[in-house]
Amino acid sequence: MTRAFLTLALIVSIFSSFACVQKGGNGGAADTGDTIKVGVYVDLTGQTSSFGQSTKNGIELAVEEINNAGGINGKKIELIVEDDQGRPEQAKTVVSKLINQDKVRALLGEVASTNSLAAAPVAQEAKIPMITPSSTNPKVTEVGDYISRVCFIDPFQGSVMAKFAANTLKAKTAAIFGDVNSDYSKGLTQFFEEEFTKLGGKVVAKEAYTQTDPDFKGQLTKIRNLKPDVIYIPGYYGQVGIIAKQARELDMNMPLLGGDGWDSPELWKLGGAALKNTYISNHYSAENPAPEIQNFVKAYKAKFNVEPDSLAALAYDAAKVLADAIKRAGGTDSAKLRDAINSTKNFPGVTGQITIDSSRNAVKPAVVLELDPTAGKFKFKETIAPEGSAPSAAANTNSNSNSGMTAATNANSTNSYTSANTNATK
Amino acid sequence: MSSWLKSILIGAAVIVVLYVVNAMMSDTGFFGVGVDDYQARLLVFIGINIILATSLNLINGFTGQFSIGHAGFMAVGAYSSAYFSVTYGRSVEASLAGLGDLVASSVVLLIAIAIGAAVAAVAGLIVGIPSLRLKGDYLAIVTLGFAEIIRIVILNIDAVGGATGYQVPGYANFLWIGIFAVITVLVIHNIVKSDTGRALVSIREDELAAEAMGVNTTRYKVTSFVIGSSFAGVAGALFAHYNKFLSTNDFQFIKSFEIIIMIVIGGMGSMTGAILGAIIVTLLPELLRGLPDLQVGATTFRFADLRLVIFALILILTMILRPQGILGTAEIGSFFKRFRRADKPTGGMKA
Amino acid sequence: MDTFVQQLINGLTIGSIYALIALGYTMVYGILRLINFAHGDIYMVGAYAGFMIATSLGFAANPSALGFGVTLIGSMAIAAGIGMAIERFAYRPVRKYSKMTTLITAIGMSLLIEYLFVFIFSGTPRSFPQLLPNENITLFGNATISTSQILIFVVSIALMMVLQYIIFRTKMGKAMRAVSFNITSAKLMGINTDFVIAFTFALGSALAAAGGVLTAQYNPKIEPLMGIMTGLKAFVAAVLGGIGNIPGAVLGGLLIGAAETLVVGYGSYVGIPSTYRDAVAFAILILVLLLRPAGLLGSNVQEKV
Repeated sequence: MTRAFLTLALIVSIFSSFACVQKGGNGGAADTGDTIKVGVYVDLTGQTSSFGQSTKNGIELAVEEINNAGGINGKKIELIVEDDQGRPEQAKTVVSKLINQDKVRALLGEVASTNSLAAAPVAQEAKIPMITPSSTNPKVTEVGDYISRVCFIDPFQGSVMAKFAANTLKAKTAAIFGDVNSDYSKGLTQFFEEEFTKLGGKVVAKEAYTQTDPDFKGQLTKIRNLKPDVIYIPGYYGQVGIIAKQARELDMNMPLLGGDGWDSPELWKLGGAALKNTYISNHYSAENPAPEIQNFVKAYKAKFNVEPDSLAALAYDAAKVLADAIKRAGGTDSAKLRDAINSTKNFPGVTGQITIDSSRNAVKPAVVLELDPTAGKFKFKETIAPEGSAPSAAANTNSNSNSGMTAATNANSTNSYTSANTNATK
Repeated sequence: MSSWLKSILIGAAVIVVLYVVNAMMSDTGFFGVGVDDYQARLLVFIGINIILATSLNLINGFTGQFSIGHAGFMAVGAYSSAYFSVTYGRSVEASLAGLGDLVASSVVLLIAIAIGAAVAAVAGLIVGIPSLRLKGDYLAIVTLGFAEIIRIVILNIDAVGGATGYQVPGYANFLWIGIFAVITVLVIHNIVKSDTGRALVSIREDELAAEAMGVNTTRYKVTSFVIGSSFAGVAGALFAHYNKFLSTNDFQFIKSFEIIIMIVIGGMGSMTGAILGAIIVTLLPELLRGLPDLQVGATTFRFADLRLVIFALILILTMILRPQGILGTAEIGSFFKRFRRADKPTGGMKA
Repeated sequence: MDTFVQQLINGLTIGSIYALIALGYTMVYGILRLINFAHGDIYMVGAYAGFMIATSLGFAANPSALGFGVTLIGSMAIAAGIGMAIERFAYRPVRKYSKMTTLITAIGMSLLIEYLFVFIFSGTPRSFPQLLPNENITLFGNATISTSQILIFVVSIALMMVLQYIIFRTKMGKAMRAVSFNITSAKLMGINTDFVIAFTFALGSALAAAGGVLTAQYNPKIEPLMGIMTGLKAFVAAVLGGIGNIPGAVLGGLLIGAAETLVVGYGSYVGIPSTYRDAVAFAILILVLLLRPAGLLGSNVQEKV
């Protein structure tokens, strides 16, 4: 009996070690203090920590710039960064911590859609606006009206490359080689296949790898036998550079296609000359002479001593979109902030003009870039705008610059797209 | 006091405590006093981890087998139960609508948990029968391998979300998880104190001698493995219905290792040790998030990101300095025995 | 036909790496009956050590055989030192305890190395510089082999021959064999067992590091968690060949590499998707342990009472 009571006493003492909070009336928008707390949750120690690191860097740069310029309405942004180890369970826990313990007024985070999907309901329930910089799965923003994003969704990007393959490269057959562990890769695979088939092409092989695979020649040899016109590799730069290299070693010289996950300075070192005759879809090109892009690239390099990848650029934009929305909302009242974010229109971001549509997805044109390994640069190929874009989108791309990506967009539809298929420039 | 009355009183007290804590997690709190969602989540994870730790302790601590693939069985339980409640949950609830929402959702949850436990038990049987012929580190690596195979297979099933993850209705709350944690502890406590338990401990102490004494070691090893796996399935089912989201990323090696760390730190072969370990492993990493950053020149060192390093160090140091864990095979209660009068019979909680 | 040959070459390349790592597992297990979980991470440490040497000494800019040699030997030396340190500070103190204790220590060590490297180098994959020019050679038809693959074969075979020499032709090797046969008797015979064990760790770690540098020449992406899966598969290779058996480890490594690649290449014809690649190694492990626990080349040893 004594023991039982002691055990009970132990349990009770554990509970009492938690600071009890007063319930009832959830505090409202407590905008006390002279900082605006923004929570960031990314993977800093797990298998996707390279993505988390870039995202964190991009956000930190944006916040530094905002604070150096005097903050928002006189208040500085205070970032609270938490690591979720790339585990959805942890993502949910840290978002809960950021909201309940740190009392953040807005959230920026996760790269992997899996983690965003796990955490988004917490933000939605607590009515804390969350902008995900790079979770591309359509389901993420379907969680609720407090969740939005600044990146493409999988259907758009997948179909962009399918159109490029079928219309510009005149490919009849394609092979897809994706990352089985990544929902991003699976999403792009699905929508590339749908669109490519619709355009009369044939997907002859669908192979998959995992990020820990020591080599990819097994799958590539299999693909080689089917002689596809192009290979679509919707993955991240860590693998695709090697895949390109090993494909070329196997005498597979067909065009390789990819998505924004390829965009990283490391890609050039990993892939080298093998990256000739490859094309990717992206939000922006670091070589774009537009001042906002060049300033970002320069500032990022100065601060972190590496060149930004697309995840860093998207994170930077997410933070800037949030800051802009806080400014327009005149504070961090959650409903007003949500409305401000969701009514973002033509925000001049590094990754293009960002407009948040009614499904809280970013609508912006995609650019197709050709990789030039000798110069280590992406060369602008063409712009593909979401359906309903003003025809002026085409007019913007007729020069030799990449100004096409600043094309204005006004589309609301996210389910179907047509290609503006503009002039390719070399 | 007669022993059954004692049991009822203790049981009632436990339910009251769990009910009060559960009420504290609601929006209104318990008479205005409550814990926030983050604290609630940690308390829930303590409960789930207690189920995982005590069930693995049955296999590793009491039977002396070394399984390091517990997360695999948790995943089986989580996904099978979630598949049930996603596909049939709504229709079962609708057909029971006459009994009220609470009853209907409870029935769905209980069926889901039963399915999770049963499927995990079957998986435990399939894995256990061949692997338990192996000893020590071979068994360890085979269980690790099975856990990984299970994860890869689930990852390739698109019906349960594949790489994107699987959304699950949230039927479970702290009350349910607390009750199941208590049930798990009691069931495993009773198994350990029963004849079966003595047979298991005899296998741990000396398998050959046990066999010579007529203990059917294979049968008992498989039994403990299957029971342990099915409770891991229960934990998985509760996790699925509390977390409302499943992803195979949550069931990687590291999860199995975490459960190992719980029983190793607490002391293998100690019930209260496993519970203590579950509490430490749940709370410590969260406390370590508070570690400060250090700015050296342009680079910032985030000591909070050293959480896992600190964990590994604790594990190694525990092994070097106190390989039996904090409690060894002793129980917390037994430390208080010395304060008792000598004439009082030592019975303790029969439950 | 040329496709099959191509897949075989691909598989054997990976298999050679597994073999190099498996040698370390098998030697340590042979002597201490310990699965050194941290061994896969030593492979990663070796790749990072090579990366640091190659970039800091400027071998990256102009590929040369000298640069490659210095990087390889340097990284093997560093890994050998780290392997000995791990043995001295983590494994030796727990050697007297139960098997489970040592295994848990090894798991802890593995986690420690992984997350320490994530902390220091961040999870960002780095590209390992090309230290030797990489050419493509067409064998016949469509079957090609790259010089980095040939390099893997040549260096692996050379290292295995050196290892065979050390174990069977030197005094130290004799001591190693004696310790693995019976540690207590070896001690009674005047063998400094602590030193022999440390030497074994150094040797195994150096081979793993060589595997790391060679892989990095073939697949130049290095990251802190790269050792987990490769290490586990190498362990499976060691078990397949017969743990404690040196030629067995090599055979096991080559078989696992080939099996894995063939599953990727032809598995879909029999209903195994290529994404089950990692599961294949574990399935082989389970089958081997159930059908022939001693491994292909191992001798059946009855557990001592």
